[in-house]
Amino acid sequence: MTASIPATPGSVLEYLAKQEKKSLLRFMTCGSVDDGKSTLIGRLLYDSKLLFDDQLAALKRETKRNSANHGDIDFALLIDGLEAEREQGITIDVAYRFFATSRRKFIVADAPGHEEYTRNMVTAASTAALAVVLVDSRKGILRQTRRHSFIASLLGVRHVVLAVNKIDLVGFDRRVFDTIVADYREFAENLGFTTITPIPISARFGDNMTSRSPNMPWYGGPTLLEHLETVPIEEEAAEAAFRFPVQLVLRPNLDFRGFAGQVASGSVAVGDPIAVAKSGQLSRIKEIVTYDGNISRAVEGQSVTLVLEDELDISRGNMLVPPEDRPHVADQFMAHVIWLHPDPMLPGRSYILRTEVDSVSATITSLKHQIDVNSFAEEAAKSLRMNEIGVCNLSTQAPIVFDSYKDNRITGNFVLIDRFSNATVGAGMIDFPLRRALNVHWQALDINKKARAALNHQTPRVLWFTGFSGSGKSTIANTVEKMLHARGKHTFLLDGDNVRHGLNRDLGFTEEDRVENIRRVAEVAKLMTEAGLIVLVSFISPFRSERRMARELFGPGEFIEIFVDTPIEECARRDPKGLYKKALAGEIRNFTGISSPYERPETPEIHLHTVGREVTTLAGEIEAYLDNQ
Amino acid sequence: MPLTHLQRLEAEAIHIFREVAATFAKPVMLYSVGKDSSVMLHLAMKAFYPGKPPFPFLHVDTTWKFREMIEFRDRTAAELGIDLLVHINRDGVEQKINPFTHGSNVHTHVMKTIALRQALDKYGFDAAFGGARRDEEKSRAKERIFSFRNVQHAWDPKNQRPEMWKSYNTRVGPSESIRVFPLSNWTELDIWQYILKENIPIVPLYFAARRPVVERNGMLIMVDDERMPLHEDEKVEQRLVRFRTLGCYPLTAAIESKATTLQDIVREMLTARTSERHGRLIDADEAASMEKKKREGYF
Ligand SMILES: Nc1nc2c(ncn2[C@@H]2O[C@H](COP(=O)(O)OP(=O)(O)OP(=O)(O)O)[C@@H](O)[C@H]2O)c(=O)[nH]1
Ligand SMILES: [Mg+2]
Repeated sequence: MTASIPATPGSVLEYLAKQEKKSLLRFMTCGSVDDGKSTLIGRLLYDSKLLFDDQLAALKRETKRNSANHGDIDFALLIDGLEAEREQGITIDVAYRFFATSRRKFIVADAPGHEEYTRNMVTAASTAALAVVLVDSRKGILRQTRRHSFIASLLGVRHVVLAVNKIDLVGFDRRVFDTIVADYREFAENLGFTTITPIPISARFGDNMTSRSPNMPWYGGPTLLEHLETVPIEEEAAEAAFRFPVQLVLRPNLDFRGFAGQVASGSVAVGDPIAVAKSGQLSRIKEIVTYDGNISRAVEGQSVTLVLEDELDISRGNMLVPPEDRPHVADQFMAHVIWLHPDPMLPGRSYILRTEVDSVSATITSLKHQIDVNSFAEEAAKSLRMNEIGVCNLSTQAPIVFDSYKDNRITGNFVLIDRFSNATVGAGMIDFPLRRALNVHWQALDINKKARAALNHQTPRVLWFTGFSGSGKSTIANTVEKMLHARGKHTFLLDGDNVRHGLNRDLGFTEEDRVENIRRVAEVAKLMTEAGLIVLVSFISPFRSERRMARELFGPGEFIEIFVDTPIEECARRDPKGLYKKALAGEIRNFTGISSPYERPETPEIHLHTVGREVTTLAGEIEAYLDNQ
Repeated sequence: MPLTHLQRLEAEAIHIFREVAATFAKPVMLYSVGKDSSVMLHLAMKAFYPGKPPFPFLHVDTTWKFREMIEFRDRTAAELGIDLLVHINRDGVEQKINPFTHGSNVHTHVMKTIALRQALDKYGFDAAFGGARRDEEKSRAKERIFSFRNVQHAWDPKNQRPEMWKSYNTRVGPSESIRVFPLSNWTELDIWQYILKENIPIVPLYFAARRPVVERNGMLIMVDDERMPLHEDEKVEQRLVRFRTLGCYPLTAAIESKATTLQDIVREMLTARTSERHGRLIDADEAASMEKKKREGYF
């Protein structure tokens, strides 16, 4: 694979020992569509003599079959490994390739240029230390060049190679190169890159890739490979404070209790004092256990099992840290979020937030602004669409442990996951905790929900009625309230009309506003149950995730979802307020069931089929349910 | 001292094993008896030390594996005290599916891909470790470490979940699953170097020895038992050969070699002019064959 091949058995070991000492560089290619990213990597592998004969033969066959490159080899076909990619001549998803030279080992990720596949470019950037940003000499800096540079910078890539490619197509002209370099430097000025190294290349023909091009005597800098082999990459993680996210508690027998994980940064030695991030408890490292025997020190990157001096209650999601240098523990923070999914991000909606080892419910409490990838301007926005980048405040249901992303790429990141499809919908880089979360500690009040409920002789509950407009929610809820009142229960009915005119009068009917509407109502209902009341909520509440979010605010058994199931045709026929008529005529936008979706409850506590049944019968059904609880 | 390259790969694999154990209800490790499986097994033992891996191991037996592989498998399971499940597609056996009459494609599909799906459904596994490496083949180079499979066990290469940092999305719905590849970032050389360093036991077929082979379509096929039909002009010869990769014996070509030690093997690898999968008959069968098989649920 590399030039010098050992001849005798002894030298194999020597050779391997030398291999072991090489440093590793993880880099990526990015830039706009067709700028030559995949070609560049294919060419690098070819020029470094890393292709096997059968691979090369297959590549030549493929070039004949698939490529427009007449005559010479199409190196992109080596990297574009999916059928669809070869058919369309584009990259869709990241390819990871490995190669080594006499000086370094490399893991390279080839990102797609198409905007549609930005999520895959983000995937590649999350683990890269350096980005080769390609620019087509004929086209100069494009929107995607900026987007990719911005995302790379956001994700913590500190080194850029500006590969001014296809220089063969502009006659190896120095002025073209100089102009592109000047343009790039100007816009990348504030992106925080430590180095920007411009190199004029032809990926297809190999100019300045692994050897100096005779076509560009005016260029005195390094070739691409020389630069990749020698660029110093700082080992920040090794220097940073000790961080040990707990992945798993190992309890193989009663005498052993160890915390398994991979050191995210810094190092720790036997005897060192440590703090448990979430609880603040202190202890010391008793043993560092590995399969190959106990060790005295564990360093950044190592997967080990830590045993503490004291028996402490620590579970997955927690972190072991130095007592004098702790991470943040908070349930509210600001973060940069890149949205990766066709369904837009909605403030107020509940998502699952996943860090390396923790997983909690989270909502975006406010979208402060989104960032235009072309001008880097901050713009007001109500939601983030796919591939958009925003700055948000988030709130999690329980505190999580984190550092700022700029200080630690491993402990400062998170992903957002859709609760229903389980799709990965967002990538987040935490900026800092919000003060509120730091200072407002929940008071354990002496007079609590239980005390108030006892005084009222009732169990506080929320009865959540969901269904189409005109399905009969309010009528049924009213009847139930009357029945409960007659039995001496303290109740309160929240419905669209009394809330929309006051508390929520600033909200309209867009998807974002509906989410916020429900969030506020759920929070009010929660306060009322704290006060000991039985709360009846009558809201269309069309989205499953909002109903789920509401449910999660309450204790087990407290939240009773009642699906008032009246077919839309029947609702439209009844049309008590004349709204369906207007909606069907197109006069009302975003009308549930007509121009906006209704997601049926999957497992409501009570499912009321209303057609052909009396209101009092239906209300009685709910009363019976409550009596049986 | 920063970690060496191999130490990093080891630590990454251990981290992946532990993530799965912590987040899935019913994981399993696919154990194919080859060198990558040997390395994976070794890493799994490390990940949960001083405990044992908290999941069973599954071998999908096509009934056409080399006999030495089966011996090695049973010996290893007994020595390590691991829970080994063996699954054979009984329908396939009844229909007498074999690589000679049905061709490598049908054989692999029925005895491997379908068999694997049967086993996963039977036990209800929600995560399955596989030993695939990204350097093996160009569609593998595209696959995530945590690779989502729908209820049909199918891979959708155009719609993979983004995978950032090591904050893995480990959530699946009912009957969906994830294939997990702890060796994604290892190369063939890394594997051998690690076997050498850690002294990991491997099937003896990887070392050169005199073995009965016939030459067929330019490939050396070992006659491992009497089920192999010989053409008239073919004669069985004893030749000094070894295998770079192991699978079903009629579908895995031997190479002529004198490498009898791990160091010999590494040296041979460093000078090799053909890729590891070159000796696999199923891969050459059609263009994009690996990707197609993976979309159908193959590992
Ligand atoms: N003349 C010339 N053509 C090039 C050069 N580099 C790439 N090309 C051609 O540009 C076309 C696109 O190259 P790719 O490598 O597929 O581009 P890409 O950036 O990977 O494209 P996406 O991944 O789809 O965004 C191919 O036809 C290449 O042969 C170059 O330096 N000179
Ligand atoms: Mg490409």
